[in-house]
Amino acid sequence: MSASLCLHDRLARHVRDIPRSGIRDFFDIVSTMRDVISLGIGEPDFDTPWHVREFAMFSLERGATHYTSNLGYLELRKALSRYVRHQFGAEYNPDNEILVTVGVSEALDLALRALLNPGDEVLFHEPCYVSYRATILFAHGVPVAVETRAADDFRLTRAMLEAKVTPRTKLLILNFPNNPTGAVLDRQGLEDIAAFVRKHDLLVITDEIYAELTYDGPHPSLVSLPGMRERTIFLHGFSKAWAMTGFRLGYACGPAELIEAMMKIHQYTMLCASSVAQKAALEALTRPGNDVSEMVAEYRRRRNFVAQALEDMGLACPKPRGAFYAFPSVARFGLSAHDFALRLLQEEKVAAVPGTAFGACGEGHLRCAYATSMDNLKEAMLRMRRFVGRL
Amino acid sequence: MRSARIPTRRFWPAPVGCTAHNNVFMDELLKILASNALESREAIARMLDLPVTEVNRRIAEYEKSGIIRGYQAILNEDQLDLEKVTAVIEVRITPQREGGFDTIAGRISRFPEVRSAYLMSGTYDLLLFVEGRTLHEVAAFVSERLAPLEGVLSTSTHFMLKTYKRLGVLMHPDSADERLPVSP
Repeated sequence: MSASLCLHDRLARHVRDIPRSGIRDFFDIVSTMRDVISLGIGEPDFDTPWHVREFAMFSLERGATHYTSNLGYLELRKALSRYVRHQFGAEYNPDNEILVTVGVSEALDLALRALLNPGDEVLFHEPCYVSYRATILFAHGVPVAVETRAADDFRLTRAMLEAKVTPRTKLLILNFPNNPTGAVLDRQGLEDIAAFVRKHDLLVITDEIYAELTYDGPHPSLVSLPGMRERTIFLHGFSKAWAMTGFRLGYACGPAELIEAMMKIHQYTMLCASSVAQKAALEALTRPGNDVSEMVAEYRRRRNFVAQALEDMGLACPKPRGAFYAFPSVARFGLSAHDFALRLLQEEKVAAVPGTAFGACGEGHLRCAYATSMDNLKEAMLRMRRFVGRL
Repeated sequence: MRSARIPTRRFWPAPVGCTAHNNVFMDELLKILASNALESREAIARMLDLPVTEVNRRIAEYEKSGIIRGYQAILNEDQLDLEKVTAVIEVRITPQREGGFDTIAGRISRFPEVRSAYLMSGTYDLLLFVEGRTLHEVAAFVSERLAPLEGVLSTSTHFMLKTYKRLGVLMHPDSADERLPVSP
């Protein structure tokens, strides 16, 4: 190897300068340990419903192993159109307003690349899913974080947005129900944000992947509000509500012009989402069953259990109302979120992700995913209580 | 082409304050017990966001009314290598004047060898799960006790060979959690 070949210098600057995900660092430590109870897993512990898996196998037998239309099977897009109309209250034409993608992650990437010119500012709220900031940077946008606070139950308000908007702001990314905080927005909160968006003439990407998983009332979608559908890209998928993470299947709905632009990138970089995953998704959507409602009922029971257990051990926690995360404050022990999580892992073998992995304002918090069995949750809460008692 | 049917309900139960509210929790309490009868009352109370005293009161009520008839462990008996056979027996019976199927079904159900008994639609009337130590013992039960009963027209006996699933529980699950220990 030539000593003069410094590959680091040859990496694209905007990629090189993005730090490693905090989750990956934590993962490296956890994966060396045994008998850890993990509250760090951001995916359902439920198996994909059997009828969906069985239908996927049947589809393979029948030969669903070829490329599909770039947009995805028309039959699936029709089913998605009906589902979105019924569940979220907005009408999308399956012919040109719905794009099936490899998870919501791809859809988010496509949307940002299709919309951003270098230097365009993008508002997004933190703490948030780990990929938003990086994906904006990959698309040559300028990420502008809007910090939400525990005191407001991590809800995003119009005032917070008004403080960060500039003439260069092009786009707002919303993610409610929220990973990592479990926060949701009610209709009034959403209407305030819609008014802000209209006033500043912004576009919106709304990532509603956790929409089905709300525990105190139905989820209101941004696209059901007047004037929002025409300026919004709605993202949703099958990973969370149907426990289909490994199938990697998501979709974007939006005005035809925006979907067409996203499709342009998708057709050259991805061609289409996996055919068998699309078949599985069609089965998940079209076979009547209690798949989702039974999982929601179980998550609600766990949510109640965990929220109460955290409160009992003196960890203040805004009541998680959606997704499957609690985001308690551990600030009063004088440890950083990272040190708290590390010691909890080393001393009690409970893994929970430090809040800082989801943005600087996650400092002092811990993300506890309750997508794990009641037995695990009971044992984890017992161990956390013991740990907190020693601090 | 498969026709798409969209479920016609939201994924969360009746709104707080509506009259069905109580029933939603009643059902949920039973659901928890049906999946794990050993769940502690404290944990159930937390899961349902109810006081422990209320959980205790409701369970006592269910037990008293007979909705909860008992608590049993779910065993994988194949693993115990017991001297035991189970037969599934289809029985055709003549309904009796006044008693209908119930009188004769009740009489059959009282034999301790009969572990479960159901009235069925279709080509036979009763489905029995009968246990004995040996094939001969079960055969003797059928020929000496069951078949001669007045009102029993015919029986058809099938012996069980292996249990894959009982009471909703897989006996040979592939239990490994394939998930990464930490993910975003």
